Amino acid sequence: MSVFAWIETTHGSATPSSWEALGAAKTLAGQLGTDVTAVVFGTNAHAIATEAGEYGATNAIVCEDASLAIFQLEPYAALLSKLVGDNNPQAVIAVASINGRELMAASAADTNSAMINEVLEIEVDGGAVVATKPAYAGKVRSKIKATTATVFLALRGRAFPAAEKGTGSANITAVDAVPVADNLTVTIEAVEAEANVINLTDAAVVISGGRGMANNPASPPGGVDDATIWKAQDGFANVIQPLADVLGAAVGASRAAVDAGFIGYEAQVGQTGKVVNPDLYIAAGISGAIQHQAGMRGSKVIVAVNKDADAPIFKLAKYGVVEDLYDFLPTLTAELKKRLGK
Amino acid sequence: MRIVSFTRSTPDTAANVEVDGSGKVVWDGANIVNPWDEYALEEAIARAKETGGQATVIAVGEEAHEEALKHSLAMGMNEAVRVYEDGVNSSDSLTWATLAAAAVEKVGEVKLVICGKESIDVQTDQHIYQTARKLGWIMLSNVSKILDLSDSSIKVERTTDTGVQQVTAQLPAVITVLKGINEPRYPSFIGIRKASKAAIPVWRSSDLGVTLPQSATEVMAFENLPARDMTTEIIEGGSIEEKATKLVDRLLEEKVL
Ligand SMILES: Cc1cc2nc3c(=O)[nH]c(=O)nc-3n(C[C@H](O)[C@H](O)[C@H](O)COP(=O)(O)OP(=O)(O)OC[C@H]3O[C@@H](n4cnc5c(N)ncnc54)[C@H](O)[C@@H]3O)c2cc1C
Ligand SMILES: Nc1ncnc2c1ncn2[C@@H]1O[C@H](COP(=O)(O)O)[C@@H](O)[C@H]1O
Repeated sequence: MSVFAWIETTHGSATPSSWEALGAAKTLAGQLGTDVTAVVFGTNAHAIATEAGEYGATNAIVCEDASLAIFQLEPYAALLSKLVGDNNPQAVIAVASINGRELMAASAADTNSAMINEVLEIEVDGGAVVATKPAYAGKVRSKIKATTATVFLALRGRAFPAAEKGTGSANITAVDAVPVADNLTVTIEAVEAEANVINLTDAAVVISGGRGMANNPASPPGGVDDATIWKAQDGFANVIQPLADVLGAAVGASRAAVDAGFIGYEAQVGQTGKVVNPDLYIAAGISGAIQHQAGMRGSKVIVAVNKDADAPIFKLAKYGVVEDLYDFLPTLTAELKKRLGK
Repeated sequence: MRIVSFTRSTPDTAANVEVDGSGKVVWDGANIVNPWDEYALEEAIARAKETGGQATVIAVGEEAHEEALKHSLAMGMNEAVRVYEDGVNSSDSLTWATLAAAAVEKVGEVKLVICGKESIDVQTDQHIYQTARKLGWIMLSNVSKILDLSDSSIKVERTTDTGVQQVTAQLPAVITVLKGINEPRYPSFIGIRKASKAAIPVWRSSDLGVTLPQSATEVMAFENLPARDMTTEIIEGGSIEEKATKLVDRLLEEKVL
């Protein structure tokens, strides 16, 4: 029994969004009349488990085996599946990061359990867990009931409030890793970490640029092959990024901007990109196609900056500014610096 | 090398989707092949050709998915199969993965399964990981580049939440690929003609020799989105500065800064 919360770790710390999983686990455990067990694998797992106790976990299961230092699906799933088999938790909850969703799905398959991804809401109905999740690119939602003894839930980032830190402490149990067969062992040859890039799906503020980024009045230096790409990239670097810096925001883009080579694919927001869920979303030079909306309509406050007053994005926006983004955004950045005292 | 790819038909991305009075999901557009799958299909076709192998595309589910299978054949996949069982809840990923894994085994001698990153309609992003577990194969998700592919191993570049990794794994393996890994080809005219005439075999669980687990999930209901309770305020002002000041006022009031 118990509700498991998987606390994701990187470089010896818990990822901040993990406390959302712990918060949701606490609420669900309360409804089911049970307690929360934090599950922590990787470097520093003991210290992180102690921290999980402060966030409200009653128990913690830790494993610091070297094979778990960097997330790898196979050894992580082998251990989690064994722990689920041994302890029969009613639910296992993680945030749907890349690793979280894979681990939940894999262990659900190993233990023939229900798995629900991108969960927006959780309720208990006659002892069974029912979760609400987006369907059809977030154009509708579905309610899914789990019919197995354990249900694995991967939560949409920022859909649940993080647990609050208190003074509790968890009973910590250390366990051994479960060895995996050689053919399921990968060799990580190189890792290139992104320096200080704010993760789009975790960000409280997101600023995205679209095809309109190409209309930069700055002129490219001689020898530039493609003036349009240069202009748009210059705009992302010198107009969008400074605004993002003031706000601690992540930078996104429309598919048109990505396909035109203005910015990398990983920045795409939308139905075939990332789904973001920030408090504030600023769309600059984006028309607001239905596929783009699918990735950002869940944002709390949407601001659109577009020089075309008829752009569909204004229907979704709470605040609209009908201006050239190259005139408006630098002024906005200056104003924010002043007002936020930066 | 024998390569398998999965695909499905989904509503056109531009379609408006809603839940009608009877609780059914309806949309106002045609079906298309799941956009993420086009990159997987392209990669499967190219890699099968390069290694002198065969590429098989599989859909699990109702007849509607044959459209995606035909599109895949028209692009150049060598053969297509649909896996279907009456009365089975193939929207349950555990059921789906059990069928999918058994189908890969029935194709036989498969070394690599290449899939799209996710289905844009059911939006589960779990089928493939579960299929890999049911097969007992290694899973490499979010592959942005195949750096090396030999008869016994694969080296890829993959994106994680914190950066990019280069990893080598033994085959057989299951991978999901990202947009940007290639430029999917358009079906040729001849390809479309050939595909339209192709008879697509249907495999049932008895053909696959699997006993399906009990469905682990049940869809209770689809719901329309809660209405966005808001009106748009266009920020007016005599100058850019005035508009910027007003917008910052509003954002401070909203407590989103
Ligand atoms: C299968 C499929 C999947 C798709 N998936 C996605 C997806 O995931 N995400 C996504 O975003 N799109 C997606 N799309 C594409 C989508 O349909 C649109 O084409 C795309 O979103 C348009 O991007 P945009 O708004 O930047 O460009 P446009 O529609 O060209 O809009 C540019 C806007 O910028 C404004 N503008 C121009 N210059 C300036 C300026 N100087 N200052 C202010 N405003 C200016 C214009 O008024 C215009 O409104 C998909 C399409 C398909 C077919
Ligand atoms: N019913 C289906 N038939 C075939 N492939 C599918 C089906 N459902 C999902 N897939 C494929 O599985 C991959 C990931 O899907 P998902 O886990 O649903 O996000 C995509 O390549 C999908 O095309």
